[in-house]
Amino acid sequence: METLERIIAEHPFFVGLDGSFVSLMVSCASNVRFEAGTYILREGDPANTFYLIREGKVAVEVLAPQHKPIIISTLSVGEILGWSWLVSPFRWKFHARAVDNVRAIALDGKCLRTKCEENHDLGYEVLKRFAQIMEQRLDATRLQLLDVYAVRR
Amino acid sequence: MIMATAITTDPMLPQPYSVREVAKETPDTFTLTLEPENADKPLFQPGQFSMLWAFGVGELPISISGDPGLNDRLVYTVRSVGQATHSLVNQQVGDSVGVRGPFGTGWPADAARGRDVIIVAGGIGLAPLRPLIYHVLRNREEYGRLVVLYGTRSPRELLYRKELAAWARNRETQVLVTVDYGGLGWRGHVGVVTTLFKYARLQPASSVAMVCGPEIMMRFVTRELEAQGLGRDDIYLSMERNMKCAVGFCGHCQYGPHFICKDGPVFRYEQIRKLLEKYEL
Repeated sequence: METLERIIAEHPFFVGLDGSFVSLMVSCASNVRFEAGTYILREGDPANTFYLIREGKVAVEVLAPQHKPIIISTLSVGEILGWSWLVSPFRWKFHARAVDNVRAIALDGKCLRTKCEENHDLGYEVLKRFAQIMEQRLDATRLQLLDVYAVRR
Repeated sequence: MIMATAITTDPMLPQPYSVREVAKETPDTFTLTLEPENADKPLFQPGQFSMLWAFGVGELPISISGDPGLNDRLVYTVRSVGQATHSLVNQQVGDSVGVRGPFGTGWPADAARGRDVIIVAGGIGLAPLRPLIYHVLRNREEYGRLVVLYGTRSPRELLYRKELAAWARNRETQVLVTVDYGGLGWRGHVGVVTTLFKYARLQPASSVAMVCGPEIMMRFVTRELEAQGLGRDDIYLSMERNMKCAVGFCGHCQYGPHFICKDGPVFRYEQIRKLLEKYEL
């Protein structure tokens, strides 16, 4: 049987993380499941968790007035859902919906924030990894904003 | 071995072809199948283009999007964005269209033999790559893995939907599709084409990448391919500029020291890397 420790240590986001940090993570982690169609997080709600996706696909959505929700990205196996738990005021900026049945590891953001404050080496490791994800997603968003496939007359 | 280009007539003289089929791919994009009205068998290399005449309207460079193994026809996928393209896609079966070419350099199908082939396409950029995909699938044992990464703006703009699904069923073939914006009915991936790399099973040291799409997209893709470990000499791009004569006389398609029509459209990334970084070129 896979232990939480092993799952976290082998997740692409945490690969190479020092074993003692993995143990600290495990104390803030739990297994979760979401049925297809359910909302995992909603814009404006307190952001106190993030998820390591193990199975299934999650749609990140923006709500627009008089418009159906717009999917701006999807996240799948091996990816991270949510970083608002790390940045004040700790509120979700988007909705996230399970497209399929989703299995994930939920990490308690409040718990992890406390541990990062107590152990800055851990905090720095976590920030470095999230900074990389943020950079990749910012790059992708910039390219998306360029709307490169539009017809230019 | 891919057949060599055969231009047996005056390259400035259009040959008459008749329209066999016009198939709607997306709301504004159509695939035309043309067959020669004379006895010539049209030969081409994947990646080459022709100049298509809509008689009385105008002439345009259009990449060949059909199977190089079928030499009784030429197939083109055309997006209707102006008068001449509008006229082309509104041709009826049996109508006559002028064809010059094929012209330009093709994808390095021979050089890629024995290696994995990574195809990265954006929007209608899948059309010039489709002949290469046909070629690799037709000669499957001569190539390593085939990885196709394809992105468009939205689900309704996806080209060759059925074929994408069929290609994915081939052995040692991975096809990943994404859209920049998805509606609620779309269950596939949403994100720009570069976000597909994390799901692709690549072996960069033994791969050749071929990329076609809007130039900005290709810049982002080349960055990602380099980050994955591909060398600049193993990345090929298909470039597009305003082509008129298609044989390097007129200079309309000059791109730095190159003529896209004659020296391209397919270039090794290293050949044009510095030009891609220049403003307004």
